[in-house]
Amino acid sequence: MTLSSPPVPTTHPERASWRPTIARLPVVVALLALVWCSLVAYVVFPDALGPAHAAALIPSIPAALVLYGLGIVSWRESAIARIGLTLVMFWILMAVAAPYLPLVDPNRPIAPFTPPFTAKAGHFFWLGADMRGRDMLSRTLWGGQRVIVWGITATACAYVVGVAFGLMAGYLRGWWDEILSFIANILLSFPVMVLLILVLNFLGQSGFSIILAVTFSSAPGIMRIVRGLALVESTRDYIQAAQTRGESAPWIMVVEILPNVRGPLIVDACLRLGYTTVAITTLTFLGLGLQPPDPDWGLMIKEAASSALLWKFAYMMIVPSVAVSSLILGFNLMADGLREMSLRD
Amino acid sequence: MARLIAKRLGQMLLIMGVTSLLLFAIFDTDQFRRQIAVSELGGFGVATLNAADYEGWLEKKGLNEPFLSRYVTWVGDVMQGDLGRSIEKNMAVSTLLADRLQRTAILASCFFVLMVPISLTLGVLAGMREGGRLDRVISIVAVVTTSIPQIATAVLLTVFLSLGLGWVPAKSAMVGGFSFRELVLPLLTLLIYDIGYVVRMTRASMAEVMSANYIRTAVLKGLAGSHVIMGHALRNALIVPFTLIFLQLNWLLSHVVVVEVFFQYSGFGRMLYEAAMFGDIAVLQAATLVAVAVAVISQLLSDITYILLNPRVGAAG
Repeated sequence: MTLSSPPVPTTHPERASWRPTIARLPVVVALLALVWCSLVAYVVFPDALGPAHAAALIPSIPAALVLYGLGIVSWRESAIARIGLTLVMFWILMAVAAPYLPLVDPNRPIAPFTPPFTAKAGHFFWLGADMRGRDMLSRTLWGGQRVIVWGITATACAYVVGVAFGLMAGYLRGWWDEILSFIANILLSFPVMVLLILVLNFLGQSGFSIILAVTFSSAPGIMRIVRGLALVESTRDYIQAAQTRGESAPWIMVVEILPNVRGPLIVDACLRLGYTTVAITTLTFLGLGLQPPDPDWGLMIKEAASSALLWKFAYMMIVPSVAVSSLILGFNLMADGLREMSLRD
Repeated sequence: MARLIAKRLGQMLLIMGVTSLLLFAIFDTDQFRRQIAVSELGGFGVATLNAADYEGWLEKKGLNEPFLSRYVTWVGDVMQGDLGRSIEKNMAVSTLLADRLQRTAILASCFFVLMVPISLTLGVLAGMREGGRLDRVISIVAVVTTSIPQIATAVLLTVFLSLGLGWVPAKSAMVGGFSFRELVLPLLTLLIYDIGYVVRMTRASMAEVMSANYIRTAVLKGLAGSHVIMGHALRNALIVPFTLIFLQLNWLLSHVVVVEVFFQYSGFGRMLYEAAMFGDIAVLQAATLVAVAVAVISQLLSDITYILLNPRVGAAG
């Protein structure tokens, strides 16, 4: 066995691994906020938008494309990260563009049990039709919307809570740490599914309950990671300097520590987006998540598995399974690629 | 070591106390009482009851006592080994729990017997030569299998292996006694995800060890490749995966819910799901106690393994 002996890596503390991203960070944040806000408004508050509803997602299409371009350019070191980004951005683009694509209404029954690639009732079914005759292609492309909206929102909430408590536990230590770590341990020792089922059963089934359930189940894990990172960071000189300058504890936590630990957190966030997507799909499948009739991948799998579990109709289950798996794969590959890039520098 | 064990077990009791109190508090709402009544008497039956009869029914079931007094009674009973009765299934919780745990234990032992050798071998093979062709193939397959949610795996496996090829039955209710063929699909569903995960972790650990200086020394002094791997790398590379394997026990207990519900396998996970949906508080409490115990003990085992295997931590830790 020959060993391609790697040269002992010389560390360049000056070379920030995230520089390409940092330069464009405000732009990226603004674009992400635009896409996310308009999707939330479109999916969650359709009535509040009134006549603007139909056009609400139009600005997000170029925004998503620009985001994709920026990602491809700044992650040119890692093919894995770019493949992951492509998968994720494809579904986000479909989620924002679905209302403007030439698709039939995803809830309109046309021709039940039509196999893929056949024309029936004056309509060509690329991916077939489900047991109620609704076009699978249209349902699949529309189906990502709710998973993406609730998945990203729930993960973001879990992050806000987890990061806040993690910084407090890691920086303030003492009693804060004891109490917060104990609460986190309690939540972590509940089996995840039981926690989710309990929260949803208790609060009723809605997107907001999903946010709460995901926050309860993910925030303790995030808190642990942030706590560990903050413990290490708070021994550094720049924190002592900040303390000497008389900066307040919240300022030090948010402005000094948080930006310096973002690398591992971004990787973790990608992984958690994947977990949240799994959780939402699973809950929907168990009948606890989002409700019919609007298209949703978990719901599509559930409906097909309960009423058309036959070899002939396998396409009804394969299509949404592949769709949801590709989104999760995208998040996982992005996490892998980002980790790889941060290790390389 | 003894201090670590004592501390963890003390923590476990504390967590058990808090979680069970929380569960009692959560299920102490009118909504849940009504839910139990509806599932017991039927929606129509409850609708026709007048308020006094409803109160009487609650009285009979012991549901309208203040939850603190119910909690104290429950703790006393548990101390004496009595876990109460399931409202839904109308049988002693301990009998139900023992039966269901036994079924899940069968599933879990088959799972570990297959998962450990397969994932460790694949992980070591991939990590042996980081960036090689074998590594690429294994890594890509592992990331793909960890990306498929279990419901999707379960549905796809059912469609192909059971409905398409007809090799195994689609459901695993095991009404006609235990049958290994019915165990295949739930087992595969669990394995496909988890092997991918453990392989990735093993691979990372192995790759890290292979780039360590002492391995370079071993190679440079002319040792054969197999000798370097077997004699020098494996012991250190397997520390992390071994500690991880114990944590899979906790993972399994949670993920077995989806798999058992989908395949109608009457194990611990399905019992937990049904109890949570029905509001069967006694069953849920008992199941949570088991889950907390498994979580804490698997973490403890994982820590002890780490101390035993890692010479640098040593017995002093």
